[in-house]
Amino acid sequence: MPTACNDKTLKRQIRLQTMTHKLALGWFSFSCCEDSTIVFTELLNDHFDEWSKVIDFQYIRILKKNNKIHNLDVAFVEGAIVSEHDAMKLKEIRKNCKKLIAIGSCAINGMPSAQRNTFDDGKKKEIEFLIEKFHLAEKVRTPGDIVKVDDRVMGCPMSEQAFLDVLNKTLKEFNIV
Amino acid sequence: MKDVDISIQNITKIEGHASLDIQVRDNKVKHVQLMFTENKRFFTQAIRGRSIDVLSQSVARICGTCSIAHTMCCIEGIEKALNIIPSEQTQVLKQLTMDGLMIRDHALHIYLFSLPDVFSVDSVLDFTPEHTHFLHDSFDIKRAGNKLSTIVAGRAVHAPFPGVGGYAQVPKKDDLKAIIPDLKLAREKLVGVLDEYYNCPVDYTRSTDFVALVGDKFDFLEGDIVSSDGDVVKEKDYFSHLEKNVVPYSQAVGYKFEGDTYMVGALARINLNKKGLHKDTKRDAKKYLRVFPSKNIFHNNLAQGIEIMHCIDHALETIESFDFKPEPKQTFEKKACEGVGVIEAPRGTLYYHIDMDSNGMVKEGNIIVPTQQNQINMEQDIAVLVERLLKTHSKEQIKYEIEKLVRAYDPCISCATHFLEVNWT
Repeated sequence: MPTACNDKTLKRQIRLQTMTHKLALGWFSFSCCEDSTIVFTELLNDHFDEWSKVIDFQYIRILKKNNKIHNLDVAFVEGAIVSEHDAMKLKEIRKNCKKLIAIGSCAINGMPSAQRNTFDDGKKKEIEFLIEKFHLAEKVRTPGDIVKVDDRVMGCPMSEQAFLDVLNKTLKEFNIV
Repeated sequence: MKDVDISIQNITKIEGHASLDIQVRDNKVKHVQLMFTENKRFFTQAIRGRSIDVLSQSVARICGTCSIAHTMCCIEGIEKALNIIPSEQTQVLKQLTMDGLMIRDHALHIYLFSLPDVFSVDSVLDFTPEHTHFLHDSFDIKRAGNKLSTIVAGRAVHAPFPGVGGYAQVPKKDDLKAIIPDLKLAREKLVGVLDEYYNCPVDYTRSTDFVALVGDKFDFLEGDIVSSDGDVVKEKDYFSHLEKNVVPYSQAVGYKFEGDTYMVGALARINLNKKGLHKDTKRDAKKYLRVFPSKNIFHNNLAQGIEIMHCIDHALETIESFDFKPEPKQTFEKKACEGVGVIEAPRGTLYYHIDMDSNGMVKEGNIIVPTQQNQINMEQDIAVLVERLLKTHSKEQIKYEIEKLVRAYDPCISCATHFLEVNWT
C-alpha cells in the first residue's frame, strides 16, 4: 500500500505523464497540390489551442525545419507516389509510424496527380523524355499500392469534418483523450 | 571560406519542395542551381482535350494555396476568348474573391512561414510567450480571409462558385455583413506584424527589375503589365515579351522579361502601384508605405501585409455599399478561338493562354506561374548574398540566410512543379 505521501507522488506522476503524453504526429506531402495541407493550416485557426495540448507536431515541413520522422504515432500522408525515390520515402515513413492515414484524393485514388496514367500514346510520347530525365515511375501509384494504409480521409481537398473525425478517433486509440 | 561545398535539403516553410546546389571557388560563387524537384504532374498535357466547362476546376488542382488564382485566371482567359464581358456584379464578386484569397494566403506566409525568421526561431510553434499572440493574430486574419472566400466563392480552396459568365451563387447580404466584425478584427491585429517587418533590419537588397499588372483599382485583375524599367505591355501581348529559359536541373522553366531577370509579387505590385491602394490603407499604412519602392526582397513580407490591409479595406467598403442581387450566369456559344488571362496571384503575375476548338475543347494551354518568373532572380540574389556573407558567416549561418531569402520570395513550388532541397557542391 502506498503511503499518503507516496500516493500523492504517484498521482502527480500520472497527471504529469498524462499531460506530457501527446500524439506524435507527422504530416507528409508527396505529389499533389497540397490542398489538404492548406485545409489543415486553416483548421489550426480554430483548433490550435486544443491540439497543442494533445499533439506533438514532430514532422510538419510547412511549419518547421527541425523535423523528426522517428517513433511517430500517426503519419498523415497526402499526395500520390510518382517515383521510386518517393516510394522508398513512404516505406521509411511506414516503418516509423504506428498508424498511417491517407489524406485527400491524390493519396486515395491517385487523381489528379495520376492523370498521366490515362494519357493516350501521343501524350505519353511527349512526356517520355521527362519521365526518363527525372527518374519518374512509369505509373503513378497511391500510397495504398505500396504500404499498408490504416485509414483514409476523402476529398479534394480533404473534408474538414472527416479529418476531425479521424483525428479524434486516433487520439482515443492512443489513449491521449 | 575560400572554397565551400554545402548541401541543404528540404527548405521548409514554403509551399511545395525544392533544392539548391551552390558551388563556391576562390570566394566566388561558381553556380547556384535552384531546383524545383517537385515531380511534374503534366497539367499542360492533361488539359488538352478537356472541355472549357470543367477547365477552371481542373486547373485549380495545380496548387492548393493559390487554387483560386488559377481558377480566376483561367476563367478570364476563356471569357476573353469568347468575348464575354462580366457583369458589374460579377466583376465585384471577382474582386472580393481575390480579396479573400490574398488575406488568407498572405497571412499564411507572413506569419507562419516568415515571421519565425524575424524572431530567429525555427517555427511559430517555438514562439516565446511575448510572441505567441502573433500566432493567434494569424488565425484571426486567416479566418477572416477564409470566411470571405467561403461566402463569396464557395470555399477557400478549389472554390466552386466562380465560372465562365458569372457566379453559380450570389452571396446573401446578411452573410456578408456577418463577417464585417471578423474583417475589422483582422485589420486591428495586422498592425502588430506590420511593425515587426517594418522594424526588422534584414536586408537582401540587389538591383533588379519588377513587373506587375498595374491598374487604377489595385484589384489584381485588370490593367497593363508594367515594369520598373518603364515598359508597358497589354495583357494579351505579355508572352511575346517573355524569354523562356530552360533550367536543365529543375522540373520547371524560368523566364526573363525583355531579356532581363525580374521579380513579380507583392513587392513588385507595391513598388509599381502603391498609389492605387485603398484610401484607408494609404492613410493607415502611411509609415510603412514610405519604404517603397524598395529593392530589398525581405520587404516582400511587408508588402504582403499592406496588401492584406488593402484587401480588408476594399472588402469592407464593398460589403457595406454594394447591393448584391440574384443574377443568372451569362450564356455563351462555344467557338474556335483563343484568349489570354493575366491576373496577379498572391505570388505575382499569372498568365493563361487558352486555345479552344468549336466544341469548347482545349487545343492548347500555356500557363506561366509567378515562381517560374522569379526563379532566375532568386538564383542571382542567392549568389550575391552568399558572396556577401562568405567572410563573416559560418556555413550553417549562410544556409539559414539563404532559406530566409527564399522564403521572403514566398515561392510556390506546387505551381512551378513541387519540390525544394538545397545541396552545395
